[in-house]
Amino acid sequence: MNALYLVSIGSVPQETWEWVENAAADWFPLPIRRLPPLPIPPSAYDAKRRQYQSVEFMKMLAQHAPQDAERILGLTDVDLSIPMLSFLFGQAQLDGPVAVVSLFRLHQEFYGLPADDNLLRERTVKEMLHELGHTFGLTHCSDSKCAMSLATHVELVDSKSEEFCSRCGLHLVHRFAGNGEI
Amino acid sequence: MKKSWPILVVDDEDVMCESMAAWLREDGYRVDTASNGQRALELARATDYAICFVDLKMPGGMDGIETMMEIRRIRAEASVIIITAYATVDTAIQAMKEGAQEYIVKPCNPQEISMLVSRILKLKKLQSENAILRKKLTRQYRHHDIITKNPRMEEILALTKDIASLRSTVLIRGESGTGKELVARAIHYSGDRAEKPFIVMSCAALTETLLESELFGYEKGAFTGANSQSRGKFELADGGTIFLDEIGDISPKLQADLLRVLQERRFYRVGGTQEVTVDARVVAATNKDLLDEVKQGRFREDLYYRLNVIEIRLPALRDRREDIPLLAEHFVQRISTELGREIGGISGAAMKLLIAHDWPGNVRELENVIERSIVTCRNGMLDEVDFSWLQKTGAPQQSWEVPDVSLDELERRAIITALERRHGNVKEASIALGIDRSTLYDKLKRYEISH
Repeated sequence: MNALYLVSIGSVPQETWEWVENAAADWFPLPIRRLPPLPIPPSAYDAKRRQYQSVEFMKMLAQHAPQDAERILGLTDVDLSIPMLSFLFGQAQLDGPVAVVSLFRLHQEFYGLPADDNLLRERTVKEMLHELGHTFGLTHCSDSKCAMSLATHVELVDSKSEEFCSRCGLHLVHRFAGNGEI
Repeated sequence: MKKSWPILVVDDEDVMCESMAAWLREDGYRVDTASNGQRALELARATDYAICFVDLKMPGGMDGIETMMEIRRIRAEASVIIITAYATVDTAIQAMKEGAQEYIVKPCNPQEISMLVSRILKLKKLQSENAILRKKLTRQYRHHDIITKNPRMEEILALTKDIASLRSTVLIRGESGTGKELVARAIHYSGDRAEKPFIVMSCAALTETLLESELFGYEKGAFTGANSQSRGKFELADGGTIFLDEIGDISPKLQADLLRVLQERRFYRVGGTQEVTVDARVVAATNKDLLDEVKQGRFREDLYYRLNVIEIRLPALRDRREDIPLLAEHFVQRISTELGREIGGISGAAMKLLIAHDWPGNVRELENVIERSIVTCRNGMLDEVDFSWLQKTGAPQQSWEVPDVSLDELERRAIITALERRHGNVKEASIALGIDRSTLYDKLKRYEISH
């Protein structure tokens, strides 16, 4: 059976793995495997914006995906963006194998506030579910509590739950049910 | 819903195109990308994009503004959003003047762009709903919805088609209930103003001052209670048609005001000092003999001639009796459906009754009579008994002095009058006289009447 691969790009806090693996196992009935960390691709750095182009991260993940990778999710602690947008919490290929989540703007410290591990865990899980949801064909959900609702700033991340709504959850069930084709 | 609104992203940088497209796809949109203006146009020819994001600066070939203008030539409805960097904001403002819906400076906040897209699509949705409703209205008032096989009415319908796209003022004359507004709508909805508003104003019911502010609008503070500026019916009808019903009833002051609007297409709002210019076609209607009103000094002669550029005289229902069965059946069908009652039709005896009735209230009266009979009908078929009240409550026959002449002379005069009323149309005159055409010809010969 193909697996969901998780990989860090650069270094990420050690405890992140536990959070992500547990939550992913709750929603996606796939073997979960971890790959050795990947370096931050030098071509991704945009010196003018002091940010990293997420497209380069996605490309690298696609190159490093093992043969049996059903999906591959990269986690990074640097600030991601695309040319059009000032930042991204994460990015995914809709109905495709690759997704990436940045923890950079999920830390309370980014907003000048004291660190809060519990909040960081919640936010990381929500964004992980959100981006993987896209890779399984889910688009943004109008239910603001659903993990698939669009969050364009961190308050919106906080206002959603660590769950899919029943409609999005049902979509995933259909994807995973039956002949094993995802 | 989102899937029905395709989006195009045009940028010479692949990264820009693809990352933007990926972001929008996550939101559920169908997104295409083009790396240059030419490619964008090819795509725009094939797909009706709701939104096109176009980068202002594209080296070689067409730049963003050219691309935008070409896209808008192919897809006038498409909203173009110009993408620009800080250095080129001035040019982006220029792009807005050339018809861009919006410009965004990259990189921009995700929230900003997500709100921009949903705002534009909300507007698109309203526009398309509006277009559907307009189409519905137009269908409702197409010419063949006026039901007739009367030659005089058919001539009128042909005339309304001919004049539909002109700007000339039309005066519709006819007794009340003959369908003056229906004809006015047919003129509006079959001409090139059909997409613009059709505004109805009945001039009879209101006092002079109220009618004045209804027609021309008013400025804030023009009178007690004028708490804010209000646009009048003329302004609302800009680009479209204003239908002024019962025009014969307006006061001398308003006659003067109206004359000025017709002559100069400009007016002042009540209490206003600034002139308002409008392009509204005027269709007026009256059940009075305006020329007679002119002779009596109650209606301005100059206004009469301004209004009467094209005149349509609608015949009374009693002068087109052959339409009564058609109209009656039509009303039965429509009203029974509306009221949810199953009515099989009208019996032969009942129809005879309807044909013989004089209908002083014309088609509107017929409609009301049918509605009442459907409401009270008990056996699924409209019969004589369902219309028995009609004769009793019908308007009294017009009284006339019987001239002291021979029966032959009376018949001769009746034939002449019938022919005159129908502009010499023998077929119509014979129907009105209740004799067939050959009998009428015999009588014409006998009385030596040339028609």
